[in-house]
Amino acid sequence: MRKLSPSPMTRRLALGATALIGLALIAPVQAAEPIKIGLVTALSGQSAKSGEAISRGIGLAIDEINAAGGVLGRPLELVARDDEANPSKGVLAARELIQRVGVVALVGGLDTPVSMAIVPIANQMKVPFLGPWAAGTGITRNGAADNYAFRVSAVDALVDEALVAYTVKTYQAKKPGMILVNNAWGESNQQGLTAALKAAGLPAAGIEKFEASDVDMVPQLTRLKEAGADTLFMVGNVGPSAQVVKSLDRMGWTVPVVSHWGPAGGRFDELAGPSAAKVHFIQTFTFAGNAAPKAVAVLDALKAKYPAIKSMADVTPAVGIANAYDATHLLALAIGEGKSTKGPEVRDGFYKIATYPGLIKTYDKPFAPDRHDALGPQDYVFTRFKDGEIVAVSN
Amino acid sequence: MLTGSLVSGLGLGSMYGLIALGFHVTYAVSGTVNFAQGSAVTLGAVLGYMLGITLGWPMPLAVAASLAGCALLGIVVERILVRPFVERGSDAWLLATVAGGVVLDNVILFTFGKEPRSLPSPLAREPIDLFGTGIYPLQIVIPVVGLAVAFAIRTVFRRTDLGRVLLAVAQNADAARLMGIDVRRTVACAFALSALLAGAAGLLIAPLFSVSAEMGTLFGIKAFAVAILGGIGSATGVVLAGLLYGVVEALVTGYLGSGYTQIVVFSVIILALALRPDGLLGRAAVNKV
Repeated sequence: MRKLSPSPMTRRLALGATALIGLALIAPVQAAEPIKIGLVTALSGQSAKSGEAISRGIGLAIDEINAAGGVLGRPLELVARDDEANPSKGVLAARELIQRVGVVALVGGLDTPVSMAIVPIANQMKVPFLGPWAAGTGITRNGAADNYAFRVSAVDALVDEALVAYTVKTYQAKKPGMILVNNAWGESNQQGLTAALKAAGLPAAGIEKFEASDVDMVPQLTRLKEAGADTLFMVGNVGPSAQVVKSLDRMGWTVPVVSHWGPAGGRFDELAGPSAAKVHFIQTFTFAGNAAPKAVAVLDALKAKYPAIKSMADVTPAVGIANAYDATHLLALAIGEGKSTKGPEVRDGFYKIATYPGLIKTYDKPFAPDRHDALGPQDYVFTRFKDGEIVAVSN
Repeated sequence: MLTGSLVSGLGLGSMYGLIALGFHVTYAVSGTVNFAQGSAVTLGAVLGYMLGITLGWPMPLAVAASLAGCALLGIVVERILVRPFVERGSDAWLLATVAGGVVLDNVILFTFGKEPRSLPSPLAREPIDLFGTGIYPLQIVIPVVGLAVAFAIRTVFRRTDLGRVLLAVAQNADAARLMGIDVRRTVACAFALSALLAGAAGLLIAPLFSVSAEMGTLFGIKAFAVAILGGIGSATGVVLAGLLYGVVEALVTGYLGSGYTQIVVFSVIILALALRPDGLLGRAAVNKV
């Protein structure tokens, strides 16, 4: 029996070899420990589709960045948490990602109230927050002396200016009315639209509100009609927005409707019927009818990475994917420019980005200390539904 | 403005009335109600959509199956969420039925998804002109169905043997049992009918609005307010209160603006109940010794 056991010498050699191989395996892993990026968005419930779009945009961008060697020689890694569209859950997730996971930056989701709750924590803990969707003006314009909130998306205040300008140019509006959802988002746009109308020297025919669960807007719309509204501004999620259009149909009132991007959040054309096509709404990007080489390439890459994407309807709305894709590339550039994963350096890195040829546009010095929004009115496109797809109005 | 508000109000109001009739039916027979009525509204519409649109069944069959599904829900609610508590003399069925509704809403959310969908109907395609206001034919059908159901229930209670059985159970369950009436089955039937009415309301309103996992919640709450306002023991009172609620709601929105709707409507309800604590057509319970 004794003959079969290895000699002490052989055993020592074997141990040494194992240790060497182990070290060889561990060493490169340590050198390329991933840089973690946190995502706090709705991954379940009403806004789950938006979270999926954002995750896909980030996922594709991270693949591209890592294939090109990563950032500071390290790969990027996404750590996602579900906020269930609930501000307090978003705050908990943000704290956990910063303090326990040690993320370098946070990416936000669709819901303005959640982002508004996270931004003070990001500012306090000096961790950059990057918004790829929520449009609430106060997210980036938060009044903090040390502002760590950046955004690659629309901004309510600027959207409202664009809505007024478009309505005047396209419909020669003289007295627009407002039909807005009765929550913080509607409130933000009521202020923005009122200011934009005042700047354009136009009166408002009236301001009417509806609850997100309202099903019949005929009384509110009748008031606007009798007040002489010649166009309507609409702000609301897809369900109630469709009810506005149906109520207009029943009233037989053919008034132009110019909308924030609520209708893009679901099957607006199915819910609102044929009149859905008459509603023009704002977007930052659309894949449909977009022949730009970068758009085509990104769509192909998305289809290859996510087999669940089969048709245009699966990348609708494209806003979440496109904004998150560009935002992730800009974040990688900021970390590279800052030459560090420390919050203040990354924040200053954002200001140093020179140009980045992105999906939505070519960004030229996208951020400055007094400008934390990479997109502006010149980047907004007006769109409408056509055969289940969101297409630019000019198409 | 007046015609538009009236038509809107009567249409929605008769829906509140139809759902509130469900509260009336179980209350009249057993003194309990199913607070998951709102979820039964959702279930009716969602089943109608899933069977009729997703699976492509013929619509009449899909509607019948959806209503049967709702009736089954009512029986399950009574058996699991109401009877065990009532038989032990507990009022916990109040919370149990609320909890049951929350569970059902979330099950629907899982299976149907959160995205609202559209359930088309030939009765809600082309608006017709009525006194200068466009309305869908379905908006006339809805109040007619509401009133017809209320009348039918009233007739059943007052003029048929079944009605006498129901009343007997309502007045004294123990005595009814001694007379050979199957009290348990009677109460189960009342809950089935109650959920079926809510499901019918869901199917009727779905084409006007949209089908979604949360469409019934607000309807359920408003319908309970309507049931109390009308006098929960009176079928006619409940339906009239529903119509009244719908019309006041639409008129306030039309003339004062939507910001005032909930404030005025619920103030009116409080005032009405202060003046008539048993509801518009309700009668104070008299305990005969």
